Amino acid sequence: MKLTYLIKLLVFVGLYALPVLGYADWNALNMTEGATEVSKKVFDLHMLIFWICVVIGIVVFGVMFYSMYAFTKKKNPNPSSFHESTKLEILWTVIPFIILVVMAIPATNVLKEIYNDEEGDVNIQVVGYQWKWQYKYLEDGINFFSNLSTDQDEIYNKIPKGEHYLLEVDQPVVIPVGKKVRFLITANDVIHSWWVPDFAIKQDAIPGFINTAWTIVEEPGLYRGNCTELCGKNHGFMPIVVRAVEQNDFDNWVAEKKQAAFELAQLTEKDWSVEELVSNGETVFLKNCAACHQVSGQGIPGIFPALAGSEIVLNNKPRNIEILMEGVQGAAMQSFANQLSEVDIASVITYTRKAWGNGEKGDKEIVIPKEILEYKNNNKRS
Amino acid sequence: MSAVIESHEHDHHHGPAKGLTRWIFTTNHKDIGTLYLWFSFTMFLIGGAMAMIIRAELFQPGMQIVQPEFYNQMLTLHGLIMIFGAVMPAFVGLANWLVPMMVGAPDMALPRMNNLSFWILPFAFFVLLSSLFMEGGAPNFGWTFYAPLSTTYAPPSVTFFIFSVHIMGASSIMGAINVIVTIMNMRAPGMTLMKMPLFVWSWLITAYLLIAVMPVLAGAVTMMLMDIHFGTSFFNAAGGGDPVLFQHVFWFFGHPEVYIMILPAFGITSHIISTFSRKPLFGYSSMVWALASIAILSFVVWAHHMFTVGMPLAAELFFMWATMLIAVPTGVKVFNWVATMFKGSITYETPMLFAIAFVVLFTIGGFSGLMLAITPADFQYHDTYFVVAHFHYVLVPGAIFSIMAAVYYWIPKWTGNMYDERLGRLHFWLSFISVNVTFFPQHWIGLAGMPRRYPDYALQFADWNMVSTAGAFLFGLSQILFLFIVLKTVRGGKKATSQVWEGAEGLEWTLDSPPAYHTFTTPPKVS
Repeated sequence: MKLTYLIKLLVFVGLYALPVLGYADWNALNMTEGATEVSKKVFDLHMLIFWICVVIGIVVFGVMFYSMYAFTKKKNPNPSSFHESTKLEILWTVIPFIILVVMAIPATNVLKEIYNDEEGDVNIQVVGYQWKWQYKYLEDGINFFSNLSTDQDEIYNKIPKGEHYLLEVDQPVVIPVGKKVRFLITANDVIHSWWVPDFAIKQDAIPGFINTAWTIVEEPGLYRGNCTELCGKNHGFMPIVVRAVEQNDFDNWVAEKKQAAFELAQLTEKDWSVEELVSNGETVFLKNCAACHQVSGQGIPGIFPALAGSEIVLNNKPRNIEILMEGVQGAAMQSFANQLSEVDIASVITYTRKAWGNGEKGDKEIVIPKEILEYKNNNKRS
Repeated sequence: MSAVIESHEHDHHHGPAKGLTRWIFTTNHKDIGTLYLWFSFTMFLIGGAMAMIIRAELFQPGMQIVQPEFYNQMLTLHGLIMIFGAVMPAFVGLANWLVPMMVGAPDMALPRMNNLSFWILPFAFFVLLSSLFMEGGAPNFGWTFYAPLSTTYAPPSVTFFIFSVHIMGASSIMGAINVIVTIMNMRAPGMTLMKMPLFVWSWLITAYLLIAVMPVLAGAVTMMLMDIHFGTSFFNAAGGGDPVLFQHVFWFFGHPEVYIMILPAFGITSHIISTFSRKPLFGYSSMVWALASIAILSFVVWAHHMFTVGMPLAAELFFMWATMLIAVPTGVKVFNWVATMFKGSITYETPMLFAIAFVVLFTIGGFSGLMLAITPADFQYHDTYFVVAHFHYVLVPGAIFSIMAAVYYWIPKWTGNMYDERLGRLHFWLSFISVNVTFFPQHWIGLAGMPRRYPDYALQFADWNMVSTAGAFLFGLSQILFLFIVLKTVRGGKKATSQVWEGAEGLEWTLDSPPAYHTFTTPPKVS
């Protein structure tokens, strides 16, 4: 009987495990050591606990497998009848307790070190949205959104997947190396969680709360992470990319960002043709709106309203603008006032008023960037 | 008339009613136990089919089979159905069959409530499953239904989900009351508390946990209902509420719930290991104390599910230390099982195979649990596949293996027929291998950084997801074999003796196999 078991096990190893072992990527089996002092300490802690568990496992399973082998009915037809030993019970209560204390001491120390919410050299507010991240640099006033940049065609298997499939964004958050960077993490709609494994930071982004986390990154590079709290449909499609750069590169980047913001304000003043608005609007729509309202503008019945043939999109321009600017209370529709530029908001509204046959049916009005700016000036936010 | 009622031949003539009414109106603990077990198995297959959809989508990177919104509905319903529909009713079914026979009682103490607590369950799950066909789809916010995703941002079907959870809660509370009243009042003369079989002990403690925490769950879903329909802001930050409050309330229910799903498994395993080692259970009283300690500790560790919500340092330390402490009584249980096997006279029938696999694989789940307790490391593990691997190790080869072990162990008693040992072992080996192929690689993809509840993933996780999916389908198919084995046993097979197993001890083994419809109408004496 023993032999048949052995054969079954071998069949398993042969059929299943071996080809897999040869083919699999063994580097991707453990936690990353990461790129910071804290992440290395967390990694060491992880390995320490892991090896303690392995040793305990070897001892316990060792005794167990020995018993299974040595005390079968065949080999030991007359079982002992002992069934109690207070000494043993005390022993195997006290020893695990001591092992736990040994684990708890380094764990407590590392945790204390992580809990440090003093101001950083650079302070960045991170805001989770369905389904993107917003980064606001508190010192420099830079403010942008970071969206998944993987092509929908890659996701739906129409074209080959790139190296950083689902781990790439249009605008990474940029931080200087060697400086303490503090993140102030919150959310705009549901709970998200901001995780960058290389920094050993995972902090929930909760509406109404601001959580903090900090890091000092030693090496320049790209560090990738994910949202780790279920936040709805596109939970799996809102990655994080952090670009750590030398201080002077960081300063240059800050200057560029400020210049770009200035140029964008200029664009708002420009005269836009309908074609320009529609073509820019389509890009904006695909990136920001199509996830819910669908590329076809049909939405998803019961959750996301259709825009094609929508009364508001066809005939109610003021309300149309208002929804984009204020969002809809109690629904997934959020305010885009801070997420998109005046140009982008005007063009996406114009696009929805022209696309899917809407252009032939409604009041045929379009929206130009200046109207959005006007709206903003008339409805100043605190 | 009175002469008929007082007849001593009474229980020999009073068999079950005929046809469907037997099952609808039954107040017999054996019938209700059977109903619970079949219901549980049905839910196990439905929840399992959903797991297959999930694993099929994850077979390769990219979206192939379902859309992300439907994927979220599947993972939500899979969790809810497996927990509330498969594992919990299975244990209640086992309690119904076994507790009266083990304590020498004629039936459960509250037989009509017993009928009610079962028959509301199918309605609860009908309501839950019907939400799949509603506008906006089924609940899609995970079985933990964190607010505000489950309130402000939920599909309209969330109201039906809340209703369904209320019914499940009512059913569980009634079941638990019944178990407690039966154990406290209907033990045979001479059976003191410390002479009770361990399965009875484990269920007594579980029942108290259920009564303590199911109302908390009811409170949580009621607050959700108020937020959604009556304009309150318990969990809505915009209205001055607190989304984290939801998590505290939920996990105050949720963590004891985890032990509700494992304590009866401890009881079952203790019986089986002792029987097939032909040796009394080592450390009976320490086993009871360990059960009680685990149950008490379960109330003070809930926030270890929330290490990343931004709690103060003191709270993180407290919940870390308290959680680590659970390893002590859990360790005691494992050591006692090993000591029971030591110098025994062991044979490896199917129930024993499942019980040994339970001890080994549950312990592996315990190790990963200990790792998860370490707060700084949990920042890396939290909400990754490492957690998925951890809780599937304690629930599938943990709770579900113990249920299967129990079915193989007691089915000769229930039906009077022996199951097919060869097929039983085949079922075991298929399940054992496939469960490890499915869930072990998930430790690795979790450590390497794949978050849970993702319908699609980065390319470096592709290999092991493929392996995991292959294992999952093998596991799913193996359970069809289980169904076949059980049906075959119900229909016939080698006749079982009343003792059934050479080393079995306890009152249930003094009864015929199968036992009469009413047993222990006069209480046995326990010395």
